[in-house]
Amino acid sequence: MKFTLSWLKEHLDTTATLAQIAEALTDLGLEVEDIHDPAASLGAFTLARVDHAEPHPDADRLRVCRVMTDEGEKQIVCGAPNARAGITVVLAKPGDYVPGIDTTLGVGRIRGVESHGMMASERELELSEEHDGIIELPSGKVGQRFVDWLAEHAPEKIDPMIHIKITPNRPDALGVHGIARDLAARGLGVLKPVQVDPVAGAFPCPIGVTIAPEVAAKAPFFAGRVVRGVTNGASPAWLQKRLRAIGLRPINALVDITNFFTFDLNRPLHVFDAAKVSGDLILRGARAGEELVALDDKTHALPDGAVVICDDRGIESIAGIMGGAASGASETTTEVFIEAAYFDPISTAAAGRALKINSDARYRFERGIDPAFTQSGLELATRMVMDLCGGEASEVVTAGALPDTDRAYRLDPARTTRLVGMDIPEAEQRAMLEALGFRLEGDMAHVPSWRPDVLGEADLVEEIARIASLTRLEGKPLPRPRAGVPLPVLTPLQMREKTARRMAAALGYNECVTYSFIDRPSAELFGGGTDAVRVENPISSEMSHLRPDLLPGLLAAAARNQARGFADLALFELGPVFSGGEPGEQSVRISGLLVGAIAPRDPFGSRRKVDLYDAKADAEAILQAIGAPAKAQITRKLDGWWHPGRAGTIALGPNVLASFGEIHPRVLRQMDVKGPAMGFTIQLGAVPFPKAKTPTRPALELSELQSVDRDFAFVVDAGVEALTLVNAAAGADKALIAQVSVFDQFEGLEGGQKSLAITVRLQPKEKTLTDAEIEAVSRKIVEKVGKATGGRLRA
Amino acid sequence: MSDAMDDLTPLRQQWLDRISGASDPAAIEEVRLAALGKKGEISLKMRELGKMSPEERQTTGKALNAVRDEIDAALRARKLSLEDAALDARLRDEWLDVTLPGRPRRQGTLHPISQVTEEVTAIFADMGFAVAEGPQVESDWYNFDALNIAPEHPARQEHDTFFLHRAPGDDRPPHVLRTHTSPVQIRAMQEQGAPIRVIAPGRVYRMDMDQTHTPMFHQIEGLAIDRDISMAHLKWTLEEFCRAFFEVPSVELRFRASHFPFTEPSAEVDIRCSWEGGQLKIGEGNSWLEILGSGMVHPHVLRSGGIDPDQWQGFAFGMGIDRIAMLKYGIPDLRAFFESDLRWLRHYGFAAGDVPSVSGGLSR
Repeated sequence: MKFTLSWLKEHLDTTATLAQIAEALTDLGLEVEDIHDPAASLGAFTLARVDHAEPHPDADRLRVCRVMTDEGEKQIVCGAPNARAGITVVLAKPGDYVPGIDTTLGVGRIRGVESHGMMASERELELSEEHDGIIELPSGKVGQRFVDWLAEHAPEKIDPMIHIKITPNRPDALGVHGIARDLAARGLGVLKPVQVDPVAGAFPCPIGVTIAPEVAAKAPFFAGRVVRGVTNGASPAWLQKRLRAIGLRPINALVDITNFFTFDLNRPLHVFDAAKVSGDLILRGARAGEELVALDDKTHALPDGAVVICDDRGIESIAGIMGGAASGASETTTEVFIEAAYFDPISTAAAGRALKINSDARYRFERGIDPAFTQSGLELATRMVMDLCGGEASEVVTAGALPDTDRAYRLDPARTTRLVGMDIPEAEQRAMLEALGFRLEGDMAHVPSWRPDVLGEADLVEEIARIASLTRLEGKPLPRPRAGVPLPVLTPLQMREKTARRMAAALGYNECVTYSFIDRPSAELFGGGTDAVRVENPISSEMSHLRPDLLPGLLAAAARNQARGFADLALFELGPVFSGGEPGEQSVRISGLLVGAIAPRDPFGSRRKVDLYDAKADAEAILQAIGAPAKAQITRKLDGWWHPGRAGTIALGPNVLASFGEIHPRVLRQMDVKGPAMGFTIQLGAVPFPKAKTPTRPALELSELQSVDRDFAFVVDAGVEALTLVNAAAGADKALIAQVSVFDQFEGLEGGQKSLAITVRLQPKEKTLTDAEIEAVSRKIVEKVGKATGGRLRA
Repeated sequence: MSDAMDDLTPLRQQWLDRISGASDPAAIEEVRLAALGKKGEISLKMRELGKMSPEERQTTGKALNAVRDEIDAALRARKLSLEDAALDARLRDEWLDVTLPGRPRRQGTLHPISQVTEEVTAIFADMGFAVAEGPQVESDWYNFDALNIAPEHPARQEHDTFFLHRAPGDDRPPHVLRTHTSPVQIRAMQEQGAPIRVIAPGRVYRMDMDQTHTPMFHQIEGLAIDRDISMAHLKWTLEEFCRAFFEVPSVELRFRASHFPFTEPSAEVDIRCSWEGGQLKIGEGNSWLEILGSGMVHPHVLRSGGIDPDQWQGFAFGMGIDRIAMLKYGIPDLRAFFESDLRWLRHYGFAAGDVPSVSGGLSR
């Protein structure tokens, strides 16, 4: 919403400065977005008089002037055709900043002649586009400040323009009068009442109006009248200036009048060329397939049920949104039908959205204009039409009835104080509401018809707080919920997320945050991409489906980084993935991705390609950090985006905690990642939570007896998994064998076999082992492993 | 007795000479075996003691023991000195270039959003706020209606909502990607009732993408409901938060009346700051920077959460995590948050050990 200071002063009697007004507006909730104050950049310029002007010795079009300034006579070279002796000019001195040319002046030499400043044109001072010559003032004294002269003689030239942001609840502030009302309530002046002197009708209105019952709720009230014998031309300068100042293009007097009232009083109007209206007007619902060429010269397909205004020929206007081109008022209009109506906000908004027409009228009707002011608006418009265009007015024709907006809410001053935390005396609270147009009857506050947003007691509190100024609010300590040390507040899962994230970073992964929506092909690669998780209105096809997994986002990130020349990557993300499109079909995971080498090149040869065991180790480290049990099964029940032979899951029975391995090369190819790439994914919620939380650890059991380590190397088939062998060995004597671990693997033996070497730790509990006992256990280990894997001791 | 000693003197001297003459550990070992080994000269002499008379045995035995002990000590001392000399000689040849880089170790980082979320959580946890969560796909009711945003409310249009697809024939309102974290208020109230203090950080979504907007960003919501919590408490809470978060001695906040459907009264909150040479300084200067929206929870919202607005009241606020991260850490571009550029992640990221805490300070 834009307006100028002088326009505001038409509604507000005030001595407040622009700065005070701006501060109050923002504080009142009418946030000032921008102020254009031409005077702000004109402060330096003073008036001067040209005493003498003679042609420049070396340039035909230049003149060398002797100019009387407040600092004595100066020589100035000037190229303006009107530079001549005797005129009063606006002087910019060396050191002054000239806004229109974005230059700070210095003493110049122009074709060999020194020039001490410049005489400005209107464009150079950003006062207008005028640049045919320098400014010549009809009055003024040498040395007088130009802004002072303007304020006295041409205030409209330096009329500040104020642009405020209107929150959706404040339709009343979409007119200058409503803004003035807020400022007056704040105490920044006195609101000037809107004077409405009805114009008596000289003849019956030749155009009748009816509202079809089907749209009675959408278009409750319609008023109009004809003014005949008008001369429509350009509107007067004051009106054109006012519209231009807020960025509107003057069209003709009749149209400008409607625009003026839209912004002045938040009263949208429409004018029909009455000669082009055939028969009476009827308001009805649009039917499928109907169209209208509107004032924007576009053909609009009308949404079913939108309120349209029709004459005998057909549709002439879309109610509350935009008139039709055919019946619009033009320069040749001599008979005008002025419409002032009240349209329902919700249906206007729905129609406007369907039509995709953003007009000043729609903007106001959909937020809710003042229904009670409908006929007053019509009277004011009639008067202005007659004042500017002449003519005589018919009687007013109306259809429908105005909605009753009368409602009242109880004002509880104590509650205001309790909610706001600011002591505002009851009398002040009442006065504030009254200044805003509320009518108080006892403790009941009746809401003014222009405030559709006030719908309860809480709204009264808000109005009072707003007018009283929240800037004055002083903070008051919020007591802790309990005395003493605060209790922990994170849930176990939240703690787990925190731990997993920091563990991943400690393992050398860089955390990414990628979008929750990804492209369909990528989603499909990871088992998603169904319609259930499709975004109906995605911002691009790259962001059309909720992600089923974190890896696609990380792979895309890896591809981008590879394209930038970073080949060695360790990326992770912790965040939600979506299994469906219902609220709650979401779980939190952490995924890591390794690409390239584990380390940069170094003198020690540490560099090697990442492999599946890196990903596995990292997954296990994170699982351990978040408290997963040490003994879990490794399986190969895998999703399709993993390499079929080089990936696994970590599970507790049917409960899969994590997957790890090499990403399927086909997935990499489709996602443009240069592989191989390793990854892991942990379902943070799947890891069982401890049943009872206790900080106590089980007692540490240390044996006094020496443990014994024995190594075994087995030859097994290549397909035998290490864990099978380890478990077999461990099962040989559960009481004695404390630990079995693989310490060597050698592949490529004869017959496609491999060697797996394990070390077994025997921990006696009662007495030191004898050689015979060790021998016995060893035999049992070999036997068990042989049975489970077909392996035999390597010779 | 002295005879016995005298008899042993040459023997003793002979062995001590041989020990000092041994020039390497092998020679020492050879001497040790020859003297003290099973068939060593001293050992043999010890064995002969058994054939002597008790008196002889007493005197000779004592002397012989003393000689044996002396030889043994000399052997050990010589061995140690030889080892020391050998070690010194070895160390003279052992030299590494200490200016070579250490073995490479990957440096992991945390994303600023994670770090800032933890910072904010640490501050509010200290004030007794728990962390609440909610789904990111939300029903239309939780995202809008429950928060006093009726279907035709203009605010609903301004939210630039992403809608989820509905199966053909499904007439319910489409689910949305939550446009703010405020629905978590409703869920938390429904689950916990009053009194309640929660914050709710998380991803939110709006259909907007330009220089300063991304279709996904992060918000943190705060909610405190009790018998008598007022807007003055809200102001203090936010002042304390900002002071702690921006790690400055004091802050000044300006509450500006505004409108949010879910709070009444509502206020936008500005923080006093200065921009000198493009450098933001919080807490001083003549500029105001809008940092968050807040207000007293609307009675309709309390009712949606199953809380009686005649009995309970309180405040709510919401702010952009990405935004306060940008302000605090001088990160210029929002879009870069989600681009996963390794250079950016390393530059703006945080080390695993940088755990923010109220006791230790939030940032290094």
